[in-house]
Amino acid sequence: MEQKKETEKQAEKVIKIKGLMKSFGNFHVLKGIDLDVYKRENLVVLGKSGTGKSVLIKIIVGLLTPDSGEVKVLGQNVDQITYKELLALRLKVGFSFQNSALYDSMTVRENLEFPLVRNQKSLTKAEVNIAVEEMLDAVGLLNTINQMPSELSGGQRKRIGIARTLILRPEIMLYDEPTAGLDPITCLEINKLINEVQTRFHTSSIVITHDLTCAKSVGNRVAMLLDGQFQRVGTFEEVFNTNDERVKPFYDYNFIQ
Amino acid sequence: MESKTQQPLEQEQEIKGPGRLSRMFLTLYDVYKFIARFFKEGFLPPYEGRELFRQCYEIGYRSALLISTTGFITGIVFTKQSRPSLSEFGATSWLPSLVGIALLRTLAPLLTGLIAAGKVGSSIGAELGSMRVTEQIDAMEVSATNPFKFLVSTRVLAATITIPILTFYTAMVGMCGALLNVSLSENTSAKAFFQSSLEQITFLDFTASTIKAILFGFTIGVVGCYQGYNSSKGTEGVGKAANSAVVIAMFLIFIEEVVSVQFFSLFRT
Repeated sequence: MEQKKETEKQAEKVIKIKGLMKSFGNFHVLKGIDLDVYKRENLVVLGKSGTGKSVLIKIIVGLLTPDSGEVKVLGQNVDQITYKELLALRLKVGFSFQNSALYDSMTVRENLEFPLVRNQKSLTKAEVNIAVEEMLDAVGLLNTINQMPSELSGGQRKRIGIARTLILRPEIMLYDEPTAGLDPITCLEINKLINEVQTRFHTSSIVITHDLTCAKSVGNRVAMLLDGQFQRVGTFEEVFNTNDERVKPFYDYNFIQ
Repeated sequence: MESKTQQPLEQEQEIKGPGRLSRMFLTLYDVYKFIARFFKEGFLPPYEGRELFRQCYEIGYRSALLISTTGFITGIVFTKQSRPSLSEFGATSWLPSLVGIALLRTLAPLLTGLIAAGKVGSSIGAELGSMRVTEQIDAMEVSATNPFKFLVSTRVLAATITIPILTFYTAMVGMCGALLNVSLSENTSAKAFFQSSLEQITFLDFTASTIKAILFGFTIGVVGCYQGYNSSKGTEGVGKAANSAVVIAMFLIFIEEVVSVQFFSLFRT
């Protein structure tokens, strides 16, 4: 019985996308994609540059509006809710930007405080401090608390960006190219952090990446976006066990066959 | 369905199609929506008091030195240039009141507005522009915070509050410059100079100047924020936003000056 309940919980869809289309002028980026993300899973979205991977997660969080199709996040249709409802939904959906998007006029502490004090007004100054320090400790960067973003390395900025997102305790995490522009060792650290976030904060995630090492180590499932549609969805092995000429070069390049 | 956030990419794609005239009207409509949003959201809670105070300090602090220097020099030069014409009619005793009226009615608001447009407008345009292209505004948006309220409302309000204060400061510094020139040329005491210059200034002069300065401040804030908030195309877009913020604000300030002079002259007659 317990096991059945757990299985049902696991199978609960937190994101449900149906027939999603998006164009910029005459350029059709997403051509009617369908995708489900289940509770507590890490779904990796792979694809060439310009195939609309980032557009997809920006639509999920309401930064872009779709041309047509349905995007349901935690049961709410993102395109049809009011701005107030969208703000409430965004509290449950964290977004980690490709370039971290840290507020460069604020210290690391202020970066983390910013979303917290504006969304949880009942917190005292001491509670805010504790939350900030706990979150920085979780990403292993407590020592940078009073530094400015310009003083941090690329990897540190990524971690702080993730910490700032996690401070609101989201149920869903969206990572846009979390390992882009980082050295291999820092990439491994970020991959480890993504897995830790999933285990410790029980999040469901979509990870946008080109990096197959990242895809293999963090993804419970992998979805390959080709020609504006998800052509292959499954485990890493299922997706790459193919002779498809559009998929093979990805694998060959990353693992230097 | 209306877009929930203003996305420059989408906006650009949309206005690429129509011709220049249609684009101009679309931009005007966009500006109208931007200003309407400021009035809709700027005065409602939650208030960003700390950020507003910081912006007021930044705008005042950033422009103070330049405004002091320019105001002081303007006072000296204006007095020096006006003296020969007045002395032809033996009316050099009118010099303090002439300088006082000229400074308060036009020179101080215009000078402050133009300097602030260059210094503050460009800074706001560049700051918000770089925040837009580095996705910092999107980051605020996705963390369930209203970036418009935090970034735009505070800056527009701060400019609207601070520019009138700076205007009266400019007038005061300009008067000091004029006093220096008058003291060196004639044996006039500071008390007599200020008495003579202030007695010709009416309540209407003071009100007109305040209203103009408020209008200039609002214009600088709105133009700088609009250009920065809607910038796109990476670093090139940031440069364009800063540049447009200055050029458009200065142009509008001159137009507002002409219109307000015409308007307030109706009350003087």
